[in-house]
Amino acid sequence: MAEIQIKNVAKKWASYQALNDINLTIRDREFMVLLGASGCGKTTLLRIIAGLETASSGEVWIGGKRIDHLPPKDRGIAMVFQNYAVFPHMTVFENIGFGLRMQKQPEAVVQERVKRTASLMHIEQLLGRYSGELSGGQRQRVAVARALAMEPDVILMDEPLSNLDALLRLEMRAELKGVLAESQTTAIYVTHDQVEAMSLADRISVMNRGEIVQAASPIEVYRNPAAEFVAGFIGNPPMNFLNAKRSANGWNVAGEEFAGPAAQSEEIRFAIRPEDLSVATSGLPARVRLVEPLGAHLQVTCEVDGEMFRVLLDSDLQIKAGDTLCLAPQADRIRWFDKTTTKAL
Amino acid sequence: MSSSVVNQDTRKAGRILYVASVALLCAWVLVPIYLLLVNTLSSPEAVSSFPKSLLPEFNTESLEFFAGFSGMLNALANSVYVAAITMVLSILIGAPAGYALSRFDFRGKELFRMLILLTRAFPLPLLALPLAVMFIRVGLDDSILGLALVHTTLAIPFAVLITFSLFSGIPVELEEASWTLGCTRLSGFRHVVFPLILPGITASAIFAFVISWNEVFAAAVLTIENRTLTAFLLQNLDTSPLHLKFAGGFILVVPALIFIFAVRKYLFAMWGIANR
Repeated sequence: MAEIQIKNVAKKWASYQALNDINLTIRDREFMVLLGASGCGKTTLLRIIAGLETASSGEVWIGGKRIDHLPPKDRGIAMVFQNYAVFPHMTVFENIGFGLRMQKQPEAVVQERVKRTASLMHIEQLLGRYSGELSGGQRQRVAVARALAMEPDVILMDEPLSNLDALLRLEMRAELKGVLAESQTTAIYVTHDQVEAMSLADRISVMNRGEIVQAASPIEVYRNPAAEFVAGFIGNPPMNFLNAKRSANGWNVAGEEFAGPAAQSEEIRFAIRPEDLSVATSGLPARVRLVEPLGAHLQVTCEVDGEMFRVLLDSDLQIKAGDTLCLAPQADRIRWFDKTTTKAL
Repeated sequence: MSSSVVNQDTRKAGRILYVASVALLCAWVLVPIYLLLVNTLSSPEAVSSFPKSLLPEFNTESLEFFAGFSGMLNALANSVYVAAITMVLSILIGAPAGYALSRFDFRGKELFRMLILLTRAFPLPLLALPLAVMFIRVGLDDSILGLALVHTTLAIPFAVLITFSLFSGIPVELEEASWTLGCTRLSGFRHVVFPLILPGITASAIFAFVISWNEVFAAAVLTIENRTLTAFLLQNLDTSPLHLKFAGGFILVVPALIFIFAVRKYLFAMWGIANR
């Protein structure tokens, strides 16, 4: 059992609050992705769990044991670094076996586990090589194998794929997901790439300015963003926002009436994903600014109520810049956000 | 067309200038050393005669004289002892400082780096006399250890700066990876950092050795009976015939040259040039 509990963790550097009262529970065998832009504190949080950084306050528990006072080696974790950190003076075999040797495992165990994890990562033919003789993708495989060979309770990954080229990243992503599902370890994975996050995660924790804004399944994060930040961060292009004013029987958005939530304030935010709109006879009046054919869709950038508004439309439609369209939102996909708290309504 | 000809001409002229400068700089260093070699391996008569031959006679008379010169072997041994102690002390003190500079952020770090360099700004003659007085009081005067201490202070700045650059060349993630794989700070250093830095440490140790080996002023002031080779030769060559001066110079220069040659690529590390 390796449930991870993060309780009230905060990290403060001289004058900079990197993490602000983080509370998060990661279930046993769960694949949790920490997602956020650079500087949001996701790597700091991972390093605090790893023991490479000390929290200013708060507690970290793994498997029902408080571990935030322990050195990294006693936490039952293994970590994969962004720049791989494969030891250059050792062969691939010695790299993968390094942790086991430090644990003073018998030679037979080292041999067996190194060979097993190496074949899992498809690098058995490289065991005699040095890091300098490997490609970036191979080094990353060694780094993952080295972590897996430890058979840790928790595996921590800090943007492990970001140094790989696009095609290799795709391949490694799929492979990583398979390998980790099989190994049945709890995993925490840090990335700024939302596609990576969506495809790998059981749950995504979206972070912003040292706080976790939402922690939920990828589809939930996508469909029901907990705050405007999440809605504007996830999705490519992200959600569209418009101002909504209270009217007699609902909310007025760009001249259209919508039945919205029963909020107290006079003005709230209307939000809709680009793919959840269609061209209709009545709807939001939009002036087309830019049309980008993407193959499957047309990505159309319009102006609605003075705001930029992106829609994905069928590529058979004949639309050009300067046209005026009526865009009808799919009613069950409309989301509403409070203007001051930016939280979902 | 004509512009490309001009271009070619300027490029050629630039190339000639470059080669000439390199040749001049090499000659600047190599010609005196060569003359030293020729005169060392010449008979006393040939050294004083004119015109000179540019080829050595391979006459080892001068060198043999030194081998039999009383006190010579003793001085040589002293030099080796002092240099060895200097080497060990400067690495033991300098490498941890280099590690701290490269791995930790602390208040006044840049100032500290400056101060390390500034220790070389004090002229040794200024320090030597007060040091001599102090050493006499403490009882370190005319001792190998006392001189080694002075040489260590001379060598430490280089040891710190070279090891700082070496440690900085090792990504901190390698150390962190070792910690997550079951190492403590100490064992991580031993298994990961130390093997990677060993060649560089050796080089910086040898450099400290050479600094001590070449140092003459402090050696001459602070020792009387237990002279090092430099101080010993300085004292005796002053009144020696020319061919012995050449031979003495040769004996001093050659070991230093060999050592520096052996560690040349690591000395670049001191100036922050990558040494791959």
